[in-house]
Amino acid sequence: MRRGVVALLIVCLVAVALIPGCQPTSEGTIKIGVIGPMTFIQGEQHWYGAKMAADEINEAGGVVVGNVTMPIELVKIDSNEMLSVPDAATAMEKAITVDKVDFLVGGFRTEAVLPMQDIAMDHHKIFLGCGAADRVLCERVAEDYDKYKYWFRITPVNDALLGTICYLNLFNVINVVKDELGIEKPKVALLMEKAAIGDNLVGHSHHLVPAMNVELIEEAWRPSPTATDVTAELSAIKDSGAHIILTYFSGPAGIVYAKQWGELEIPAASVGINVEAQKSGFWDATGGKGNYDTSLNVYNPIEQTDKSIPFFNKFVEETGEFPTYTAGTYDALYILKDAIERAGTLDPDAIVTELENTDYHGAGGRMVFMSTETGVPHDITWGPGYVTGIGTQWRDGELLCVWPPVDGSWNGVVYEGTVAYELPPWVIDYWEAK
Amino acid sequence: MVANILINGAITGGIYALLALGFSLIFGVAKIINLAHTAFYMVAAYFIFTFAHLLGLSAPLSAIVSIIITTAIGVGTYKLVIERIREHETTVLMITIALALVFQEAMLLAFGSHFRSAPSFVSGHVELLGVSVTIQHILTFGVVLACLFGIWMLLSKSKLGIAIRAVAQDREIANLVGINVNTICLITMALAVALAAVAGAMVAPIFVIQPHMWMHPLIMVLAVVVLGGLGSLKGSFAAAFILGYTETLVVFLLPMGSFIKAAVALAVMVAVLLIRPEGLFGVAFEEERL
Repeated sequence: MRRGVVALLIVCLVAVALIPGCQPTSEGTIKIGVIGPMTFIQGEQHWYGAKMAADEINEAGGVVVGNVTMPIELVKIDSNEMLSVPDAATAMEKAITVDKVDFLVGGFRTEAVLPMQDIAMDHHKIFLGCGAADRVLCERVAEDYDKYKYWFRITPVNDALLGTICYLNLFNVINVVKDELGIEKPKVALLMEKAAIGDNLVGHSHHLVPAMNVELIEEAWRPSPTATDVTAELSAIKDSGAHIILTYFSGPAGIVYAKQWGELEIPAASVGINVEAQKSGFWDATGGKGNYDTSLNVYNPIEQTDKSIPFFNKFVEETGEFPTYTAGTYDALYILKDAIERAGTLDPDAIVTELENTDYHGAGGRMVFMSTETGVPHDITWGPGYVTGIGTQWRDGELLCVWPPVDGSWNGVVYEGTVAYELPPWVIDYWEAK
Repeated sequence: MVANILINGAITGGIYALLALGFSLIFGVAKIINLAHTAFYMVAAYFIFTFAHLLGLSAPLSAIVSIIITTAIGVGTYKLVIERIREHETTVLMITIALALVFQEAMLLAFGSHFRSAPSFVSGHVELLGVSVTIQHILTFGVVLACLFGIWMLLSKSKLGIAIRAVAQDREIANLVGINVNTICLITMALAVALAAVAGAMVAPIFVIQPHMWMHPLIMVLAVVVLGGLGSLKGSFAAAFILGYTETLVVFLLPMGSFIKAAVALAVMVAVLLIRPEGLFGVAFEEERL
């Protein structure tokens, strides 16, 4: 009897699943899955960015596909990738097979995006990456174009280029230290959390930093990404006589670091990558002690393109947060819309061809995808005239753009609204008293 | 460098000691391995954030109110859940870890995964032997010493303390001489949770407040109490400083390996336990506990 009831239930479930009317359908709408860690700020910003763009596009009438105009329907997909990489693959599978999305934007951690990318490629779904920086995601396109051609990276620039921007920001600070403190050959200490990008940066630093006519302190300090206290590391750095700390922090340790660096008034300028310092909550989270911390960034109310300031202001108005790089889903949706309209069809292969021809002035800069010859096809192009990235410094509760330098010394690139980098006053006092 | 190691090691050890004190106390008396101990520390930190940032109370007042509310939650949890299963050690382990996860998810629901911060009681820093130390760290160290002294006075000089020690030594005999064992266990639980809440109040301005902040301290607390000898307060105190100094030494002597400072500290614990399985101040047989 009991077995019979169970069997009957299974038959009913299968029957319900097979009835076409019970399946979600994307007929009449373009379904875009926004996939990310939705209980974390990175996923929230994926969603906010995409929603802002979708609302604007729908208000303007929708996406013109041949002779038909179709609205965008967003589907929020929680990848839970911060806590569980396998969950991310399951979420991607569900988005494609159950929610029946037509396109995907998002992803954050490289180790989660790799399996997500595989699943999307197997289903020939266009996936616009807005979070993971590893070059390998685009190297796969070069290695197996037919399989991986549906992948494009919108933001951030790849990890090698992130390193380049980081060193350009460092060079800017080195010049200020030399000019203002009169130190001919400043000392640079590396404080970088133990993570894959941190490993690469430490490796590159040993070649690149000494070439900037500075002394690199041989040993780098490598705290855990979940470190709750870095006072010992900061004491050791102060002991080493460093004038500048080159940082890499991707998570909460960045708040702990900035708070303790400011509270202890460590006499070394802080520059590098501190993801938490890109967020509006950083000032409160550090109790204002993160003043003068400088980090690589993507968005700020400066004129990278004519869309940058309106996007930044609207994002802050609607969410109460500064946009960080995962909010690049905003540009992703517009790039996708333009490609669909040029292709005049929802056929993914035709859209891939149009995406490869993208030349779009977005909120994050001029966006053009790299070609196969670069070794990282479908990656976003970086450089003067394209996406450049920026350096931002916290100053009295405001996040100001300090790189590209205001004097135009980097290839003549200057964004309106940029200000000169300033050394923390306690750093000046300490070294002037020496 | 020596001054740096001495001062930073003392501060790290002090924070571990404050966290381990309550854990050790409730195990010593009620034989409860409360894996939700550091979750109470996390709850207290969130209350401080709420009162200070959202309601605008001063940092000291926020801390006092948080400690009282967290202690009340701890007592309620003990009466509703732990007391009923107190005699079943494995069940207690499972239930308390489940409780910790419930608290974590509750904070995640209420506050999201955003990183929060509590205001310092006193901001700024001072130079000690040429080493910069935040005043909040020094205050935390002072509170550790005050708590230790307070607990020592309570246990050795008061009637309640004698009753707590009696229950810790032999629950049945304590019962026979008229001590209400259940009440003593409840009071000890309240004390232990209050100590966790004090730890939360003191380190909340130093660390980042987030729903998973209880996990790493739990590992360190377990290491401290096992190394010191389960249930031994003086053992926990000594072990906290051994692990604190080990971590600091790693940072100063092996900068590239500072991410493994906790792992090195745990390796030291393993090495000590191989030589002395009962821990530094533990007892091999319960009859030895006097």
